Amino acid sequence: MNNSTENLQKEIIRSSGVNPKKCMRCGKCSATCPAYDEMEYHPHQFVYMVENGDIQPLLESKSLFQCLTCFACIERCPRGVEPAKLVEAVRLAVIRKQGANHLKADDIPALLDEDMPQQAIVSALRKYSK
Amino acid sequence: MQRIGVFVCWCGSNIAGTVDVQAVSDALQNEPGVVFSTNYQYMCSQAGQDIIKNAIAEHKLTGIVVCSCSPRMHEATFRKTAAAAGLNPYMVEIANIREQCSWVHKDMPTGTEKAIILGKAAVAKVNLNAPLKPGESPVTKRALVIGGGIAGIQTALDIAEAGFPVDIVEKKPTIGGKMAQLDKTFPTLDCAACILTPKMVDVAQNENIRIFSYSEVEEVGGFVGNFDVKIRKKARFVNEDICTGCGICTEKCPQKKVPNEFNLGMDNRRAIYIPFAQAVPKVATIDADYCTMLKTGKCGVCSKVCTAGAIDYTQKDEIIEEKYGAIVAATGFNPISMDKFDEYAYNQSKDVITSLEFERLTNAAGPSAGKLVRPSDGKHPHTIVFVQCVGSRCAACAEKGKEYCSKICCMYTAKHAMLTRDKYPDTDVYVFYIDVRTPGKAFDEFYRRAVEEYGVHYIKGMVGKVSPEGDKLMVQASDLLANKQLHIEADLVVLAAAIEPDKSARPLATQLTASMDTNDFFTEAHPKLRPVESPTAGVFLSGTCQGPKDIPETVSQASAAAAKVIGLLAKDKLTGNPCVAGSDELMCNGCSSCERVCPYGAITYVDKEFRMPDRTTRVRRVASVNEAVCQGCGACTVACPSGAMDLKGFATKQIIAEVDAICR
Repeated sequence: MNNSTENLQKEIIRSSGVNPKKCMRCGKCSATCPAYDEMEYHPHQFVYMVENGDIQPLLESKSLFQCLTCFACIERCPRGVEPAKLVEAVRLAVIRKQGANHLKADDIPALLDEDMPQQAIVSALRKYSK
Repeated sequence: MQRIGVFVCWCGSNIAGTVDVQAVSDALQNEPGVVFSTNYQYMCSQAGQDIIKNAIAEHKLTGIVVCSCSPRMHEATFRKTAAAAGLNPYMVEIANIREQCSWVHKDMPTGTEKAIILGKAAVAKVNLNAPLKPGESPVTKRALVIGGGIAGIQTALDIAEAGFPVDIVEKKPTIGGKMAQLDKTFPTLDCAACILTPKMVDVAQNENIRIFSYSEVEEVGGFVGNFDVKIRKKARFVNEDICTGCGICTEKCPQKKVPNEFNLGMDNRRAIYIPFAQAVPKVATIDADYCTMLKTGKCGVCSKVCTAGAIDYTQKDEIIEEKYGAIVAATGFNPISMDKFDEYAYNQSKDVITSLEFERLTNAAGPSAGKLVRPSDGKHPHTIVFVQCVGSRCAACAEKGKEYCSKICCMYTAKHAMLTRDKYPDTDVYVFYIDVRTPGKAFDEFYRRAVEEYGVHYIKGMVGKVSPEGDKLMVQASDLLANKQLHIEADLVVLAAAIEPDKSARPLATQLTASMDTNDFFTEAHPKLRPVESPTAGVFLSGTCQGPKDIPETVSQASAAAAKVIGLLAKDKLTGNPCVAGSDELMCNGCSSCERVCPYGAITYVDKEFRMPDRTTRVRRVASVNEAVCQGCGACTVACPSGAMDLKGFATKQIIAEVDAICR
């Protein structure tokens, strides 16, 4: 791990408040994830990759923006790892790096449908308004 | 003035690594009363003990201080050493410079400074020590076993075999416990009932064993060798001595809608019932919550059909008082509630069951007479999903699960999967696991047979959710090795629920003054070296009340606990602890404060004649301590307003001298 990756790893762990070492690799997060099939890297892989400092592939992955922030993984993780918070932290790292979002907050209302959970809408606005 | 010897132990590098032992023995050499000071690599070794013995003889020592590990570890060792050299064993003081010093400090100067201070305090105390002689107390040669599962049964049988009387208190109407509910036992697949019920019969027939079924411990008093126990024998409304267990009442009772707890509520029993055919004692019990006669006074069918005339609707709870020398806790376990696991739909679908329910479903005496069928529609399930670690190894939420591994689930799930495939080869069986843990004799071979010979699909991953759809259960899970999310259409889902100590254990521990861990398992006196004893003298631990374990382990521990009990009951007298309270009658003002705080009831008040300065006599009321009952807790010395009460070996002036030495 070079210095910048290590700093990034530390920053992600700090800003998410997640301790990936608590993970016991049971995979319940990925078992529960409704967006699993859309994702290149699944929730349990996120945790494992952050733990190992394997962060570059995550930064480049679309999986970041396929997480619905439904928090099912947080709710059901038996070890209290909170993978969705980790995904959010990596996402923020990308956004900060890019200095721009691939989606504008103004575009969000057009994309809404009635099945979308409120949590997801609030998260999306928070995420893309930066 | 005492002649004190100081012996500083290195404990290899355990102490010497962080404490300059030479500096400690040099510094303590100059303390008041010290005439000899040395250090050695292992003071507890034979060579180390010889150094102590020789010094006692050579320097005519009257007291010694050993700076070493915790007194819990080696106080007894060094007291024996002193006694062997002719010194009163209570003239020995231990300065704990390992657990309380070298292990908690990182740098040598700090560690050394603290070790010297601890040594000075111990020297100051020995200067005021007086030789003590322990008293003796008799031993009641009878044991009490609380819990009548396989652990309690084995402990009771072993104690009885040695010739001592034993009482078993079981809160349910029959002994047998959880093992009676099991179908087969891993890894040999012998039928649980076939190996358990002969033991239950042995218990019933052993003339040294009394069974108090449908009874609970109400109150425990006394101390090791002399416990006074009150047992509440709950009213079962059937005269146990007359009932023949014919079972006619259980067939004729009109109240048919009582959930049958033996089958975990999967079928119904009557309001008067015998839990199962091989119950011991085989006696009917009336469930007062459901009996129409007891509730409304109208019915009495059981009384009419009972040819023996055993039914007694007026029966009351009975309190039995008995003395015991030793008590064994064998209160066992229960699976945790699945109510908080909404994701597995346990409360939504009858076809999501726990592993213990699966045992009953496959048991010939179970609700489906041993035929594996879905509880919802009685159809044969073709796809079964087993989920491991449901609530075990769960650190996220204490209300939902348990942080520990329940230890038995991997093996019983392998058993369930294997037996299903053996009996119903047309069934697809999936087991979702996090890790498969099989450390036991012939355990891993058993699990591998399930995979290799019986074709059980073991999938590394967890089930995320189960959703009932029509008459199917949609299982969404992850397969971590294939890195895929799976969707399985299942007919039956079996949850390997974590196990927890029985709810009766916590209040029992309070009564026994036995300690427990945060999970409500009883703590052992030492996790490695005294695993079947509680830290409370005379209280022993058997089976899963101490931690999760399978049947072979439970039986080993049960026999080990019995061996400890036999060792205790074989003694005629127990040497007491001489560090007990004593009252200075001349200072006692008779206020009763000590009597009120004493948790052991060791203090009484007596009227005594005293000679007054003017040569008259006066009768005064003063405290008197029963030294056999006193446990030396010291509560009375704190409560006493006049300073009359003091603790031998831990006198107030000794404690003050220690504090002074530390602050000097």
